[in-house]
Amino acid sequence: MSAHTSTDQLRIGAHTFSSRLFVGTGKYKDLEETKAALIASGAQVVTVAVRRVDLSAGGEGSLLGFLRERGITMLPNTAGCFTADDAVRTCRLAREILGESFVKLEVLGDPKTLFPDVVQTLEAAKILVKEGFTVLPYTSDDPITAKKLEDLGCAAVMPLAAPIGSGLGVRNPYNLEIILDTVKVPVIVDAGVGTASDAAIAMELGCHGVLMNTAIAGAKDPVLMASAMRKGVECGREAYLAGRIEKKLYATASSPLVGVIGSKHQ
Amino acid sequence: MRIQVNGEAREVAEQITVRGLIEALGLASVPVAVERNKDLVPRAQHEATQLRDGDELEVVHFVGGG
Repeated sequence: MSAHTSTDQLRIGAHTFSSRLFVGTGKYKDLEETKAALIASGAQVVTVAVRRVDLSAGGEGSLLGFLRERGITMLPNTAGCFTADDAVRTCRLAREILGESFVKLEVLGDPKTLFPDVVQTLEAAKILVKEGFTVLPYTSDDPITAKKLEDLGCAAVMPLAAPIGSGLGVRNPYNLEIILDTVKVPVIVDAGVGTASDAAIAMELGCHGVLMNTAIAGAKDPVLMASAMRKGVECGREAYLAGRIEKKLYATASSPLVGVIGSKHQ
Repeated sequence: MRIQVNGEAREVAEQITVRGLIEALGLASVPVAVERNKDLVPRAQHEATQLRDGDELEVVHFVGGG
């Protein structure tokens, strides 16, 4: 890796990360597979969900222990919440468990599309910022909402690439570009990535990171996909930093045009 | 007295505290957070918070999620 990219860090609130791939910890076959995939992904931030303890089974703390051991930052989410009120309560509980105020705010609008309810998201963000949380909100790819979330004090914005778990990839690169042009906080693409090239595309656009779960956990070989995603994010980032060439309709020769033998096409 | 824990009715001793309930549930060593009637009970207050008949409690922890 060049000197340029090794000093390339992502800053969100008080946190600094060298990996720009955020991964979820849901849907894996078992804890061992989760751990192996997390290691292969190189992720320094992983999301976790807040759920009722199954009182018949007791609590399981092994994932938590593993994440703490490896120094991985936990980003509790409010997945499954459909109201600002439930999301705020969930964040307060998460802070109580972890002693940290870093949260992924997600307020869903409908169970079929899992699109965010941006009105509820904005309302929850306002309360959470006031309560001192570092808020990373999942949102639609609407630049106006992204700007409002930034203005409320969110530490990043996380527009979707496509519906959660759909694997459709970046469906609206133009809106993401407008969001990147509109807000100053980091833009993390959250949801919709299907494969490594999708992650690379998001990063090539200039997004500051990508968050995914299903694309890795649902792959035939999740550990290998985690490794592919790590590379996809890294190569997309490097290509963005390198600055791609302009697209042109006609060819531009790569070899010198002078000194060619023969006399055709002169 | 009767309380609700995670949506289930449960019979507990009179004057039980939040801390006492966590222990009775076998969760003393698990990182959990507790809500009582929709208000968070900070860890520092678990010992001093006495439950009342009809209280509704949520006891949550972290699980894998995206």
